[in-house]
Amino acid sequence: MDCQSHICVNNLNVFFGKEHILKNISLKIPDKKITAIIGPSGCGKTTLLKSFNRLIDSYDGVKVTGEILVDDENILHPNIEVTHIRKKMGLLLQNPYPLPMSIYDNVAYGPRIHGIKNKKKLDEIVEHYLKQTNLWIEVKDRLNAPASRLSVGQQQRLCLARGLAVEPEIILGDEPTSALDPISSKVIEEKFQELSDNYTIIIVTHILRQAKRLANYVIFLYLGELIEQGTAEEIFENPKEEMTKAYIQGKIS
Amino acid sequence: MDRRKIEEKIFLFLMRISAILIVLSLILILFTIIAKGLPSLNLAMITQTPKGGYYLGKEGGILNAIMGSLFLAGGATILSMLISLPVVIYLNIYAKKNSKLSEFIRFSFDVLWGIPSIVYGAFGFTIMLFFNLRASLLAGIIVVALLILPIMSRTIDEVMRMVPAGLIETSYALGATKLETAFKVVIKQTLPGIITAILIALGRGIGDAASVLFTAGFSDYIPNSLLKPAATLPLAIFFQLLTPIPEVQERAYASAFILTAIILIISIVSRIITNRFSKNLIK
Ligand SMILES: Nc1ncnc2c1ncn2[C@@H]1O[C@H](COP(=O)(O)OP(=O)(O)OP(=O)(O)O)[C@@H](O)[C@H]1O
Ligand SMILES: [Mg+2]
Repeated sequence: MDCQSHICVNNLNVFFGKEHILKNISLKIPDKKITAIIGPSGCGKTTLLKSFNRLIDSYDGVKVTGEILVDDENILHPNIEVTHIRKKMGLLLQNPYPLPMSIYDNVAYGPRIHGIKNKKKLDEIVEHYLKQTNLWIEVKDRLNAPASRLSVGQQQRLCLARGLAVEPEIILGDEPTSALDPISSKVIEEKFQELSDNYTIIIVTHILRQAKRLANYVIFLYLGELIEQGTAEEIFENPKEEMTKAYIQGKIS
Repeated sequence: MDRRKIEEKIFLFLMRISAILIVLSLILILFTIIAKGLPSLNLAMITQTPKGGYYLGKEGGILNAIMGSLFLAGGATILSMLISLPVVIYLNIYAKKNSKLSEFIRFSFDVLWGIPSIVYGAFGFTIMLFFNLRASLLAGIIVVALLILPIMSRTIDEVMRMVPAGLIETSYALGATKLETAFKVVIKQTLPGIITAILIALGRGIGDAASVLFTAGFSDYIPNSLLKPAATLPLAIFFQLLTPIPEVQERAYASAFILTAIILIISIVSRIITNRFSKNLIK
């Protein structure tokens, strides 16, 4: 099947053991736009997001059916090289997880794994992505300090820089601002807006206002089912489904 | 005073008593070793092998046992590490959480942990008899490695289980393979714990007498080959205590002092190394 969008999901089902977590999901994620996945807690947002880079593979008793096409390639196909798909996608988790190494080594981790050894090239990469995430000025004099000493907000920006350094096409964020203070959250949001010129961005969020501020496109999940998808205007101003309307108005959570 | 305050007081009292008991027994042991061992401790003890009738109170030292113990415990620790690390990485990175196989492996280690060292010694001896082998440094290293394997593996395993799932996912998400994640992230993150585990195992290995009695044997010479028998400090202490000569008995305490000092030095050095490595850790 041909797919104009960047990611195209067809009849995706995810089971954890006997539990049916994602139920027959089909959706399209537009290229170089911000897509927000919203829905109440436990509805499967994280599971859906982690299906895109096959992180759920490592969970116990997981079974996945259907297809997920990324650039027209079914990434659920058994012959797919997982590290390749993951290289295409940067991931930001709810809490920043700097790796147990220096600030420099954190950003250089991905490029090194993918074969860049030249010190000068690595220096350039590190500087470039730290600048892109507004971190350079704050850390340029202590690049060799442990990343764990940064503030949580700085750590999340470092994680973003680290993710961008592998040159992904897609950025996945699982409630990437929920552990941050308002100012750090704002910085991350602004970065996302900037980055959406060049990257396809998918964020999971609990905060409807954040989805309204950021998203061009919205996906609403409820109890593992996709209830509605559409442009931000359609979903927020004029939802077709009663359920979506109720969720937007805060009647279900 | 109300009941909860009294409870608090009683428990505080009990905790203090326990703490004092631990410190007191440590001080008592150290005091005994030092008081009884120091008078007969001299340079010859740590620089010479036993000479002409050492066990009858004549001159010489226990360099044979010091070197033997270091070779043996060092060799056993390295061997045990070469087996532990792959197993533990398999359990924590490759195997499904709580799979039947992992549970079985962990259970086996726990059982092995509980088996007394004399049984390891007897087991090693039986196999040596079967192949008609003599006691040797190599045999001692293998048996002690088996003895400390469960201790090292389970201790490292417990540390690795504490690594946050998000940290491992982060590495995967950047396109790292499981092996890269294991070596570049998980081992780095758990290094202080791994060093502690190695130390505990080393301490157990260097201090055990029963497992080396028949397998490594004893010799008055520093072993110059893996196939020669080797003396060890615990056995040296044992033999010295067994003699009827008071002078030699006192040397047993000097030997015990040396053994304790070696363990202390190893602990301190590795603490320093650990501190140097732990600055990058993610809490
Ligand atoms: N590793 C796992 N094993 C078994 N069940 C799981 C696992 N992870 C999640 N689940 C279950 O899958 C369902 C969906 O979880 P998921 O984390 O995707 O929800 P979510 O929408 O991200 O929720 P939240 O907003 O609270 O983060 C939940 O019912 C959860 O209990
Ligand atoms: Mg979630």
